[in-house]
Amino acid sequence: MEVTVTVNGVEYRRETEPRRLLVDFIRTDLGLTGTHIGCDTTSCGACTVLLDGVPVKSCTMFAVQANGHELTTVEGLRRDGELSPVQAAFKEHHGLQCGFCTPGMMLVATALLGANPDPTEDEVRWALSGNICRCTGYANIVKAIQSAAATMHEGVRA
Amino acid sequence: MTTTHQPTTPFDMGGIGHSVRRKEDDRFIQGAGRYLDDIQLPGMLHMAILRSPIAHGRILSIDASEAEAMDGVVAVVTGEMLAAHDLAWMPTLSGDTQAVLATDKVRYQGQEVAAVIATDPYIARDAVSAIFVDYEELPAITSPQQALEEGAVLIRDEKEGQTDNVAYTWEAGDREATDEAFAKADLVVTLDTHYPRSHPAPLETCGVVADVDPATGEATIYLTSQAPHAHRTLFAIVAGLPEEKIRIISPDIGGGFGNKVPIYPGYVVATAASLLIGKPVKWVESRSENLISTGFARDFHMHGELALTADGKILGLRASILSDQGAFYADAQPTRFRAGLFHICTGSYDFGAAHVAAKGAFTNKAPGGVAYRCSFRVTEASYLIERLVQNAAYELGMDPAEFRMKNFIRPEQFPYLSPTGFVYDSGDYHTALRKAMEMIDYEGWRRRQREPHPEGKLIGIGIASFTEVVGAGNSRTYDIAGLKMIDSAELRIHPTGKAILKLGVKSQGQGHETTFAQIVAEELGIPFSDVKVQEGDTDNTPYGLGTYASRSTPVAGAATAVVARQIREKARRLAAHLLEASPDDLEWEPGRFFVKGVPDKGVTIQEIAFAAYTDFPEDMEAGLEGVHYYDPPNMTYPFGSYIVVVEVDPEDGTWKVLDMVAVDDCGVRINPMIVEGQITGGLTEGFAKANMQWITFDENGNCIGSNFLDYLVPTAWETPRFRLGETVTPSPHHPIGAKGVGESATVGSPAAYVNAVIDALWSKGVRNIDMPVLPHRVWGALNGVEVAP
Repeated sequence: MEVTVTVNGVEYRRETEPRRLLVDFIRTDLGLTGTHIGCDTTSCGACTVLLDGVPVKSCTMFAVQANGHELTTVEGLRRDGELSPVQAAFKEHHGLQCGFCTPGMMLVATALLGANPDPTEDEVRWALSGNICRCTGYANIVKAIQSAAATMHEGVRA
Repeated sequence: MTTTHQPTTPFDMGGIGHSVRRKEDDRFIQGAGRYLDDIQLPGMLHMAILRSPIAHGRILSIDASEAEAMDGVVAVVTGEMLAAHDLAWMPTLSGDTQAVLATDKVRYQGQEVAAVIATDPYIARDAVSAIFVDYEELPAITSPQQALEEGAVLIRDEKEGQTDNVAYTWEAGDREATDEAFAKADLVVTLDTHYPRSHPAPLETCGVVADVDPATGEATIYLTSQAPHAHRTLFAIVAGLPEEKIRIISPDIGGGFGNKVPIYPGYVVATAASLLIGKPVKWVESRSENLISTGFARDFHMHGELALTADGKILGLRASILSDQGAFYADAQPTRFRAGLFHICTGSYDFGAAHVAAKGAFTNKAPGGVAYRCSFRVTEASYLIERLVQNAAYELGMDPAEFRMKNFIRPEQFPYLSPTGFVYDSGDYHTALRKAMEMIDYEGWRRRQREPHPEGKLIGIGIASFTEVVGAGNSRTYDIAGLKMIDSAELRIHPTGKAILKLGVKSQGQGHETTFAQIVAEELGIPFSDVKVQEGDTDNTPYGLGTYASRSTPVAGAATAVVARQIREKARRLAAHLLEASPDDLEWEPGRFFVKGVPDKGVTIQEIAFAAYTDFPEDMEAGLEGVHYYDPPNMTYPFGSYIVVVEVDPEDGTWKVLDMVAVDDCGVRINPMIVEGQITGGLTEGFAKANMQWITFDENGNCIGSNFLDYLVPTAWETPRFRLGETVTPSPHHPIGAKGVGESATVGSPAAYVNAVIDALWSKGVRNIDMPVLPHRVWGALNGVEVAP
């Protein structure tokens, strides 16, 4: 089947099997390997991407279901040569160790801050509850996201 | 003991003690990390593995004809085919042998039976389900107690001379002295507890891309490896390949925690397939494959006894262990120590006698016995002693903090020879516990505990004052598969004053690219951002045993400091040449030599580096580089005191953490931010094990815990908030006084959580609940009702 998707602002048209998972399509067919596979059962969130701005787990969608939609992957977070506030905050607050969960965490955070610019700690933790990190114990991830929210506020005021 | 380490370099230079931001993060936050599954090679084939659906059975036949006929299938590999190349069995890290692909029997659910090599991973998996295997089912043994029963079916019937299911027996300490201590005791306190089977479950599973060049016979093996050099040597021995033709490349690793220390059958099959087919072959585990077949941890059934005087002194410890090894004895641990370093179980306490008797049994479960965020069974040891001392305090009518203070090894006793033969390097246990008690307001919580709770909930306060032993070797005592546990560092300063540091260890998220550069910055004054750290490629790094058991900083970190100091001495001679002064007349400050008493007359390390290639004395070798192999004189002994306050709901048995403080002493902290990050992660894993995370089996040997829906790991929502504190007691024998920290919190914290729950329930008569402390277990213990496991 033919699939047309826009990923990080670039339109791709590809032939794909109906059973092909979106995550394999992104990683192998488009070569965007920042999206990771951690569990195969929709549990860990390493494969999280944004579908029309909403976080989805790309291991549990077929590529054909994304036909006609817009996707954002971790490779699309950087804009105009600048790290996004979420990316910068993850580094500044040591919100990552091995880095494997990080793309999914940052995409969830990006969507959260789009919908809720000033989340409480509980709101951040709830938003992240579909994403597993085995290294950090989450504290610095939460801190990074709240700091990114503050930075974005400053950006708006400036 | 000091409370903190003061940096001696400016922040931008990034020497020891600075929380500089991590150099490796730039690629990870942009999705530009390069993990194993990201590797694509031209013509690469994909492998999938057929696994046993049953726990124990004889293989009667394997019919792969349908699979072989499928479009895109290149080959189906069976154990018989491997046997023709003498590759059907391989050695384990504990001197046993393990089936690569089963030829005679399957011995656990998930065991490797056959492998499909295909042009596409989807086709490979399709073909796996088109292979038909006939089994004659045998009774499954699902506990070590069952394994040792008279008449139990023999699991390892292929093993010459094996007539029972005993995997090993081992003892440590002094049995007679311990018996004498117990004869003098006023009171003996006992505890029987099971430290359940767990799995490290790094978010990235294990995998390999084997690329054997048919023209040259050179094998490039990309591997999720915590120990690439050791793996190359073992590949050479197992596969009979010349070692210089094997190149292991361990790319970015998405977490290891011990899971990526052993060599797994999939690695061997993929390499053999690439060798025979002449094309690269990739194999990446699914999560279920990871959880059911690779690298389990713990599974220790422990019995402990403490001999006590009526006034609260410990006289001796007896421990006996029955370990569940699974079907093959594959613990990744030093050769001489059959139950790892479990004999550190005398912990932080000073008493005269201890004896440990350990026995391991084969069962129909996956092999492994990896040190999951732990230095070879130290976490089991710490758990046993910390649970025992709390119970002992209560039996004596003492406060558990007071009991600990009374029995701690005192600061002036270091170096301290323990009754099982360890020489503790340094410690100040009283201060760490006192600090934790102040931070959490211990007395205040004890008062609140006595007050009636408005909703009838029970408050519990749990302490763990652990001592770890990490950083193996020395080489005289510690080896793995004969390889001495040294590590090395190779450092080259380029003409422009930038540097490259090459190491035999391998980061899996610990931040080596930053912290090891900080050691160079400290010793040579080269900014950490100018030091590139390279690891993981056996062709381009010096030999080492790898990263596990918290040994990178104690061993490779020491090697780095030593080689940097050697280079500094050569730099001194170069500086003397440049300044026309005697080397003895020069003084060092971070990044610069100057003439004593004339601070203006000096040269920077960058100027010296340039001279090493452009203007060096005639009698001096050019260049500014060195390599050092570090053989640690002793291990290091990180310690700490953790205190947890929980609230237990007696109605439904649930419990939650109200507060937790963790005071860690890992000696000098190279990068406090990274240290605190590791501690926070470890406290979370300790909570996971105490609260939810375990792998169990039904009576037929079916693994329960084969995916993240059954094997529960905490998310941000369940994870408690932690407060951290520190003391600094440098290691006296380590060049920079550091001890290692990556595993402290996983080792120390489980007992603190469980102690807190037991503390809440003690007055109700509850003496033990095995981990994970699940609500129905709490409810059952409170109500005296036997509940399902």
